[in-house]
Order: sequence, then C-alpha cells, then structure tokens
Amino acid sequence: MATILAVDDSPTLRQMVSMTLKDAGHTVVEAKNGQEGLSAAQRQGVDLVLTDINMPIMDGITLTQELRKLSNYRFTPILILTTESSTDMKQKGKAAGATGWLVKPFNPDKLLTTVKRVLG
Amino acid sequence: MSIDLSQFQQVFFEESFEGVETMESYLLELDSEDTEALHAIFRAAHSIKGGAGMFDFTTIVDFTHLVETLLDELRSDKRAVTPDLVTLLLQSSDCIKELLHLAQEEDNSTPEQVIATKQQLQALLSGKELSGKELPGEEPSGEALSGNDTSSESLAALEQNSEASTESQDNTPEGWLVTFAPHPEMLQTGNEPLHMLAALQDLGPTDITCNAELLPDWTEINGELCYLSWQIRLQSDVDRDEVEDIFSWVEDECDLTLEPLTEQSQTAPIEAEAGTEQHQSLPELEPEQQPAIQPALPSTPAQPDKSAPTEERRRSDRREKPDRRGTMDRRSGGEATSIRVGTDKIDTLINRVGELVITQSMLAQIGRLESLEGPETLQRLQQGLAQLERSTREIQEDVMQIRMLPISFVFNRFPRLVRDLQGKLGKKLELVISGEGTELDKTLMEKISDPLVHLVRNSIDHGIEMPEQRLEAGKNESGRVELVAYHQGGNIIIEINDDGKGLDADKILEKAREKGLVGEDEEPKLQEIYELIMQPGFSTADEVSDLSGRGVGMDVVRRNINELGGNIEIGSEPGKGSRFKITLPLTLAILDGQQVSLDDQVYIIPLVSIIESIQTPEEPVNAIAGKDPLYCFRGNYIPLISLRKVMGQPEATEQEQLIMIVEANGQQYGLIVDDLLGQQQFVIKSLEENYRKVEGVAGATILADGRVGLILDVVGILRLYRRINQRRARRGDNVIRLNAG
Repeated sequence: MATILAVDDSPTLRQMVSMTLKDAGHTVVEAKNGQEGLSAAQRQGVDLVLTDINMPIMDGITLTQELRKLSNYRFTPILILTTESSTDMKQKGKAAGATGWLVKPFNPDKLLTTVKRVLG
Repeated sequence: MSIDLSQFQQVFFEESFEGVETMESYLLELDSEDTEALHAIFRAAHSIKGGAGMFDFTTIVDFTHLVETLLDELRSDKRAVTPDLVTLLLQSSDCIKELLHLAQEEDNSTPEQVIATKQQLQALLSGKELSGKELPGEEPSGEALSGNDTSSESLAALEQNSEASTESQDNTPEGWLVTFAPHPEMLQTGNEPLHMLAALQDLGPTDITCNAELLPDWTEINGELCYLSWQIRLQSDVDRDEVEDIFSWVEDECDLTLEPLTEQSQTAPIEAEAGTEQHQSLPELEPEQQPAIQPALPSTPAQPDKSAPTEERRRSDRREKPDRRGTMDRRSGGEATSIRVGTDKIDTLINRVGELVITQSMLAQIGRLESLEGPETLQRLQQGLAQLERSTREIQEDVMQIRMLPISFVFNRFPRLVRDLQGKLGKKLELVISGEGTELDKTLMEKISDPLVHLVRNSIDHGIEMPEQRLEAGKNESGRVELVAYHQGGNIIIEINDDGKGLDADKILEKAREKGLVGEDEEPKLQEIYELIMQPGFSTADEVSDLSGRGVGMDVVRRNINELGGNIEIGSEPGKGSRFKITLPLTLAILDGQQVSLDDQVYIIPLVSIIESIQTPEEPVNAIAGKDPLYCFRGNYIPLISLRKVMGQPEATEQEQLIMIVEANGQQYGLIVDDLLGQQQFVIKSLEENYRKVEGVAGATILADGRVGLILDVVGILRLYRRINQRRARRGDNVIRLNAG
C-alpha cells in the first residue's frame, strides 16, 4: 500500500482523509500547511500528495510548484483539494504541475475511488 | 464500501466553532489594509463550508458560501471594507454559529435571523453585480448553485444533478466509444493512462484497442513521454459526464472523443434494459455505478444505527436538568462532551503513569517478602511510599491541567459584546483585557461566562456615562471597561472594572426601602448599601428590560458564583467607577479545605472563605441582651455562630474553642469550632446526588481514615443561623454561651 501525504489546515478534513486512507491500508503523513508538507515530503518519500489550496504560510499551489522542482517528485501524483467550482483553481493547479483535483466536499468513498484512480 | 462519517463530526464542530471565533475576533479589528486578517477570515469560512458540505449540512453550506463570496471580493479588492459590512459579517458569523448549533442538535430548521441575513448578503452581492464589476455570465450568488456543472460544490446541486441525469436516462445510449490519445507530456503531471483505463473498466465491460503506431524505435524511446493511444468500447449505461469525469484532469493534455454506442442496444438489449430500470428506481443503492453523483446521503448526516446510543444519552443528559439553569446555557450539555488537549499535557501524564507503574512494582516486590524485618526493608518501603505520594500528587495536578483552558475562551466574546452595545447605547467604549492566558477549569469556564456577560453589560449600561456627560465630568470621552484575570493563591480572580459614575448609594437605598429590603429606620453602611444590589428582589421588571433583557438580576449572578464555590465583592467610588471582583476556585472537582472538628466529627471549611482563625478571643465577646453574641474583629463587630448549634450536635463539653473568621457574600462572621486539624485538598463528592441536599453543607468528601467528612457551605450556614435565630427570638432564648479560653 502507498504512503500518502495529506496537507490541509482543517483538522476535520485531515482527520477524515487520514482515517479513511488508513482504514484502506495506506500510510498517511499529515501536514498543516504547504511548508510542513514540503518538509515532510523531503524527509520521507511519499507516493501521493493530497493538498488543500487555501492554507496559511504556504498555499497548495506553491507546494505543488516546489514539489515539482524536486527530482524525486517530478512525476509523483499530486491532487489538489478544492472547493472552488470555477475552473480557475483547477487550471492554476494544473499549471503548477498538479495531477488532478478532488472537489470538496467529498465523502470517503469518493476519496478512495479517486486515490485508486491515481495509484491504480 | 461505506464509511461512517459521523465519527468526524465532533472534530468538525470543534473546528467550526473555533473558526467562527477566529472570524469574529479578526472582524472586530478589521480594516481594509489588513490583508492577512482577511485571508484568515476567508480561510475560516472556507473550512466551515468545506466541512459542512462533507456532512451534508446544506443550509450551512449555502449560507457560508455567500459569506465566502463576499469575503473573496473583499480580499481581492473588488469591494471596500466598511463598518456596515463588518457589522453584516459579524451578524453572519452569528448565523453560522447558530446554524452549527442547530446542526449539532440535528435540527434542520432555518431561523428567521439567518434568512434575513442571507437576504441581506444576497442583495449586497447581486447589487454589486449590477454595477458590472464581475463578468455577467458567472454564477450570480449562492442560491444559484444548480445547473449541470459536475464540479459544483453544493450537495444540493449534486442532488439536482442526479435528478437531471436520472431524467435523461431514457435517451442514454447503451455504451460509449472512447478514443483517448494522451499528449506525449501527460505522464509528467503524474497522470497514468492505465489507471484511467482501469477506472473506465469499473464502469462496465470494456473492449480496448491500443494504438502503438507512434511508438518510436526502442533506442529512441524517452521513458518520460507517452506514445500510445487507445480506443475503448465501454458497455455501460452511464452518462457522458461520468466518462468525461475520468479524463477531466487531463482534458488539456490529451485528445479525447466520446461517441454514443447505439448498436449495443441490439446486441444486449435485455441486460441493458434491466440495468436502466434498476438505476432509475434505486439510484443510491448502486454507488459504484455512479461515483460522481453518489454523495446523495440521507438528510440526517449521522448514520442512525451507529450513533443512536450516544445521541440518546446526550439528549437524556440534557433532559435531566432543564430547569436548574433555564435557558441561560441550553447548549452546555452538548458542548461539555469533549475537550481539546495539547499533546504535551497528555505526554506528561503518560510519563507520570509510567513512574507510577515503577513505584507500584517496587512496592509489590516488598509485599512479596516473607517479613518486613530489617531496617533496609523498612527504608525501601518508606521510600516507595514517598514516591507513591509524589506520583499521585503529580498525576492529580496533571489531570487537573487537562481540564484547564485559558480564560480567553470566555474573554474573547467581550470585544464583540462591547462593540454591539456601543452602537446600541450611543456610548463610546474602550475594552481592556488582561490576563487572558490565565487558566481555569473548563466546567467553571462554561458556568462563569453568563454571569460575566451580565456584569460587563451592567457596567456599560449603568456605569459608563454618555460621552457628553463624561466630558463634562472632565473624563475621557470613551468609557473604559477592564476585564482582568489572575491567579491568587489557589484561586482565580476575575475583575470587571469601569471608570463610570460608580454606584449611586442614595438611589440604591431609596429603592431598597421601597422594596422593603431595608427598614425605614435602618442606616446601613456604604458597603452594605452596595451589597443590596445583589439581594434577591432588588431588580425590578422594568429595570431588567433596560439593563440586559435577559431577565437576570444581580442576585442570580451572585447565586451562580456562589454555586461555583466562589464569591463576588463590590467596590465603588462615586464619579470614579466601580469594581466587581470575583473569586473562584480553580476547579470544581477539588477543594482546598481546612479540617475542623467538633468532638469526633470532622468538617471541612473551604479555604477560599476563611479569613483568619483565632485561638482565643483577644477582644471581649459582647453578648448584648436580646442581640447576637458579637466579636470585635479588626474594629468591626461580627456575629459569632456556633457550628455545634447549627449542625445540631450536643452541647459542648469543657473544651478549648476556636473562632474561624469566614466570609460569606461579603459578610464576615465567626464560626466556633472545637479544634483545627490539617489543611489539604479534598475531592468533592456531591451530597445531593448520593443523599439529598442539606442546608449548610456544600458536599462531602472521604477522609484519610475512610470516614465521610462534610464540606461546609459558609453562606448556607449563615442562612441556617438566621433561621434558628428567628425561631429563638420568638422563643425568647437569646444567648449563646461561649467558653472564652
């Protein structure tokens, strides 16, 4: 099973994502903002990054850009978690190098389906 | 697979309430320059909306969406921050809080205030649109979340969506022919075509052909590029959106075509028809077939079977004590269920428990010895016991620490209150808060909150003068209200100070005479006059409405504080202001007490109420005929009460007696006891729960020797004593004999 980095400033979302993925057998690393996420990713290898966009200190777009600069994260799937219905944020995410997105609100089943789609 | 979402709800509510508070506190200090504050407010609203959506709280989602839209305009400088706007946003944060409370109680109603605020928000947002600052084609406002946009964020929209797609089932083809040609660079964003094909296979049986024409020579292959393309025949009755959804991440990075497969209906008509029918009648039962629409959860967010027991219990808790606290805090029952604790506190506790286990095994070892003889064994036993004592004490302190929260949790609501009152009363106010980091027990915090609100409102309403009056009196135009918290001894002190006109002693006295609280010929001292405002029956109906509208008088404030084992003192200086000083124990579970004895019976007096204990009266005790025995304590004559008499114990034998000077509701009196024993902390057990309420007794505790010791209620004793006195006065028996040593 995979190691997944979940970056979100909302404890509700972190807990939901983390417990759902752990129940499915994944290992989850949590981070409260982009900065924490980046150092977590540098500290240990992760197979998938789920990141919120709006966060204090470092946002999800910057995190995606920073991760893509690292040689071992060039192809790692990065999914942005967004509530923006407009295509604006998705485009920004894609432009920053994100693999795809997951629109909030989502339920645990949707999360697992999406993760499965990325990780196979 | 279905996962119980209700397990995350508690965190959601905690986070959201914190979010509302964050919004509020930033809003109060908001000006347009402060972009960081705006971002923080936006993030809070955003998180609440996100979480609410997850639990299907559509009312919260819809409402917060409007707030968020407005905040977004503010932070992107499309709209300027004005005081009116801040007021509207504050009002909105109130609405969110209210909605959260309702959601917590599984109440789906929408209060009128929320509807009104929502309309205001909508009007504001659409008004702005007419001014043409935003593109006309964009989503107008929160209500219009419907439409066929699959990425729409509201669950309501998703539901509408699902209806729409169900309706369109009739025309849905029996399958899709998909051609999928990724651009060579698609792999570089972490997208894997094979996973997408696998996702398609999840929708139904597929027939896939791979086109490898563009694949170069092995030697020229670049592993980072994709050279393949695919053609997929998918046999499924899903609609176009679902197939497109699989490729939505890469729509710019591939060539994709989707054609309906109509000939499928001829090859497998029965199977397809059956599928369609099932889909139409039971959409929720087949989540795996329509992952995009699936979140059509039932309208009650919690899964009833699993959460039923806890919910039931919580409700019955609430039912048990509806009257005692009335409407003042109907929510505390629900809120008290959890507490957020810093991990460091838990870690310390675990550490201590570790030490305790070591001590236990050390003592167990000694216990297994054949005999306890020999100085070494005894020494080890003593050592072990000392260690045990230390660990127990430390664990006790640490556990209490867990319940401790900074008082800022309560103080934080005051800037808002003051701001609101300022507008309402036309007074200028300045609120100064200090010591907000002072920690106190969570239960106490919940219960002290309403009395504090009352006192602050009182100070502002009655204490602070109108600006012009203040200027006339040579004071600063804006009145100053001060909230201070600090620790003193084992207590926490909360002061509410104002620099207003102070209490009007003449008026109070006049009113008290009117109410018959003070006899026509009585001339109470200034301090006693001030105390009168806390007498039951002093507040009148017409005063309540102009005072706070809560129907709570100062007597209730004092009673509430007394019930918490604390007391309140009033200080006032005409023209300079007044001061209310609340003394509270740090916790309700443990009490610092002084053990006293009458014969072999042990009583405990809370240390908070003890002023002094006196071995032998230095001043003579005055027993004036027909009056109470008095004792001159620091120049004041205070009544002496025999605990023996009040507690109905037999008359004293010839024993040395002691006077404990205690204070109850600002009134001092001396309590005559036989002997002083040790001072220590006692774990309070409720007498009411285990026996029944006894006047003069606040609770019970278990003493070191296993006996029950009664904890005295000094206020109750004074009451009891007065009652006995009245009876005695009627009987004409009027002297308490004191064996002054």
